[in-house]
Amino acid sequence: MHYNLSHLKQLESEAIFIMREVASQFDKPVLLFSGGKDSIVMVRLAQKAFWPARIPFPLMHIDTGHNFAETIEFRDKLVSDVGAELIVKLVQDSIDKGRVVEEKGINASRNSLQTTTLLDAIEELQFDAAFGGARRDEEKARAKERFFSHRDEFGQWDPKNQRPELWNLFNGRKNFGEHFRVFPLSNWTEMDVWQYIAAENLDIPSIYFSHTRKIFERHGMLLAESSFLKPVHGEKSEDRVVRFRTVGDMTCTGAVESIASTLEDIIQEVAAARVTERGGRADDKRSDSAMEDRKKQGYF
Amino acid sequence: MSQLDFSSDKYLNMDLLRFTTAGSVDDGKSTLIGRLLFDSKSIFEDQLEHVEEASKKMGGHQMNLALVTDGLKAEREQGITIDVAYRYFATPKRKFIIADTPGHIQYTRNMVTGASTANLAIVLVDARNGVVEQTCRHAFIASLLQIKHLVLCVNKMDLVDYDEETFNRIKNKFDDFSSKLDIQDIHYIPISALKGDNVVDQSANMAWYKGSTLLYTLESVHIASDHNFVDARFPVQRVIRPQSDKFHDFRGYAGRIEGGIFKPGDEVIALPSGFTSKVKTVETLEGKLEEAFPPMSVVMTLEDDIDISRGDMIAKPNNQPRIGQDIDIMVCWLNEKKLQLRGKYAIKHTTKSARCVVREVKYKVDINNLHKIEDDLVVGLNDIGRITIRTTEPLFHDAYKQNRSTGSMILVDEHTNETVGAGMII
Repeated sequence: MHYNLSHLKQLESEAIFIMREVASQFDKPVLLFSGGKDSIVMVRLAQKAFWPARIPFPLMHIDTGHNFAETIEFRDKLVSDVGAELIVKLVQDSIDKGRVVEEKGINASRNSLQTTTLLDAIEELQFDAAFGGARRDEEKARAKERFFSHRDEFGQWDPKNQRPELWNLFNGRKNFGEHFRVFPLSNWTEMDVWQYIAAENLDIPSIYFSHTRKIFERHGMLLAESSFLKPVHGEKSEDRVVRFRTVGDMTCTGAVESIASTLEDIIQEVAAARVTERGGRADDKRSDSAMEDRKKQGYF
Repeated sequence: MSQLDFSSDKYLNMDLLRFTTAGSVDDGKSTLIGRLLFDSKSIFEDQLEHVEEASKKMGGHQMNLALVTDGLKAEREQGITIDVAYRYFATPKRKFIIADTPGHIQYTRNMVTGASTANLAIVLVDARNGVVEQTCRHAFIASLLQIKHLVLCVNKMDLVDYDEETFNRIKNKFDDFSSKLDIQDIHYIPISALKGDNVVDQSANMAWYKGSTLLYTLESVHIASDHNFVDARFPVQRVIRPQSDKFHDFRGYAGRIEGGIFKPGDEVIALPSGFTSKVKTVETLEGKLEEAFPPMSVVMTLEDDIDISRGDMIAKPNNQPRIGQDIDIMVCWLNEKKLQLRGKYAIKHTTKSARCVVREVKYKVDINNLHKIEDDLVVGLNDIGRITIRTTEPLFHDAYKQNRSTGSMILVDEHTNETVGAGMII
C-alpha cells in the first residue's frame, strides 16, 4: 500500500514527536551526550524535530575523564557543526569536591560516580528534563522504562511505581525539584540505530571501526591499555585488531576483535553477533541486577 | 527459519507490528515470548547465560525460557511479571514490538497500557482449562482499546495429547463470546510454547491443523490500513519560528499527522479560531514533501498568517472533528485512589492540556461478562466505566472508534501528578 511508513521511519517519527513534547512541556530540557552512536542519533533527531529552527536545548556531557581521545575530538566537531551549546561536567570535579570517593582496586571505575556528577549538574543548572539515548533492548532493567521516566527529588527511579504510559499521551507533570528522564529511542534496537546511521549517512567516532590498538585481557574482556588502565601482573598487552561497540569510559569498555571497517561491515557484524553490546561492559557484569540497582540511584 | 537478511535496502522497507500478549498466571505467556525470541534468534549468548544461571538458582533442571522476559529483581524472586515490559525482535518481513503485560486480575491497568499502542493482541489459554474469565477479560480489553487483530493461542496442546476436539471446543466457546465484541479479525492457533509446536515451525504433532503458525500470522497480518487515512487531523505540537537570517519570516506548525492526508494546496481550517487557509508546504529537514500521512512528524506552513498555537488543530473545512466540552468517555481507572464524582482532574488530549470535572458515572462494566453495573458506581483501580466529563476548554475530538489518537485522553491527579485514568471517547 502506498500510505505505509517503514518501521525505521515510524521510529523516527515517534522520537521526533517525543522531543517536541519535551521542548513544549518542560522549561529547561537538556540532552545527555556521550559522543556515542545513540547520542549521535539523538542529535540528528533533535535537528529534524525543530528544523529549520535550532535545537532549543543544550547538550551535556558527563565526563569521567577516562575518554577515548577520538570520542572527544568527534564530540567537539559535531557540536560546532550543529551549532549547539555544549556543557561539560567533570567527574574529577565531584571527586575534588569530596562529593564522591574514587573506587579502589584493579577493577576501579568511575562509571557509577557519574551519577552524582549528573544529579548535581541537573540540580545546579535546574534542568527539569534530561534526554537519554537508552534503549529498552539494551538491558533487562531498561525493558520496563517509560519514555517519560519520573525521578523524585533525589533523582531516584522507582520501577514499581511508574506512571502508566498510554497511547502517545505523555504526562510530564511534576513537583518542584523533581525531574524527568526522557528516552526517545526506547523502541529502537541496536540494529535500528546502525541502520539509521547508515541511512542518514552520519559520522561516528573512529573507534567504532576496526583499528590496531594495545589490548590486554581481563575477566574475558578485551580492554584498551591507556594511561588510566594498565595491565597488572600476569596480564599482557599486545597489538590487536579491534573495534568498540560502545564508547563509554575506557576503563570498563571492552573491545571486540573485528575487521569491520565500514558501516555495512558493522551492520553485518551486529546481525551475526551473539553477545549484546552491553555484554562487553564490565559495569554490567558486577551482578545480575547491576543496571537495575544503578538506575534506581539515578544513573543514565 | 531463514537466515536474517540485514542488507540495508531490505531493512529500510520492513514494516512494524506492535502486539500485546495477555494470559492468566501459568498460561505460559512468558514461555511463549521466550520461544519467539529464542527461535527467531533474538536472544544473545550473554542473556542466555543469565537465564541459565537464574534457572539453576531457582532449582530448575532445564533452561526456563520464561526467565528471558522476567526483567526486574523483584519479579525474578517472586516468579511473576509486575509491569509492562517491551521486547523486540525482527524477521526479514517485519520488526515486532511486544508489550508483555502480566495476567493477574489486579493488573488490568497494565493490560490497557500495553494494548493502547498495539495493532494485534495475542490471548493465551491453557488447553486444559479452556476459556476462563480472564480470557474474556483480555479479549474485552482488546476490543475496548480497538485492537483490530486478535490471535487466540490455545497453549499446552502437548498436555492434551494434541487433541483436535479440545481445540475445537475452545475455539467455538471463544467464537460465541467474541461475537459480542468489536474485533474485526480473529485467528485461532493450537500451540505448545514449551515444545515449540506451531510457534515458529509447523507442528508435526497436529497434522489436523491446516492454518498458519503464530510467527507466520504475525508476519502476514494486514496492518497497513489500521490508521485512519480519511479524516485529516493535525494537532499542533509546537510553533516553529527560527527567526534566523535565512528563515526570517518562516512560521511553521510542528506536529504529527493523526489522520487523513495533507497536501500542499489543500484547504484547511484551524481550530478553535475557525480561520481557513491553504497548506503552503509540508517541510522536513530532508526537503519538502508532496503529501503527509499518519504517523508522520512534519512541519506544515500555511498560505496565510493566522493565529495558531500548541493544542490547536488543523483539519479540513468539510471534515471537521467534533468540538465540545461535554464529553462521554469509557474510562479505565489506573489508580488506587478512586475516581471522585464531581472531582477535578487535569487532562491531556492530543497536544492539548486542560482540566475537567467528572459530571456523572453512568455505569460500570463487568469485564467478565460485559454486563452493565448500575447499582455500584464507585470506580476504583482496574474498573472500567462510562462517565461524562465537562472540560474547561472545548476539545477537538473524534470517537475513539474512528481515531485512536484524537479519541483518547488521560486523566491526571492534580495533587500527585499521577496518570489515574485512561479515557476513550464514545
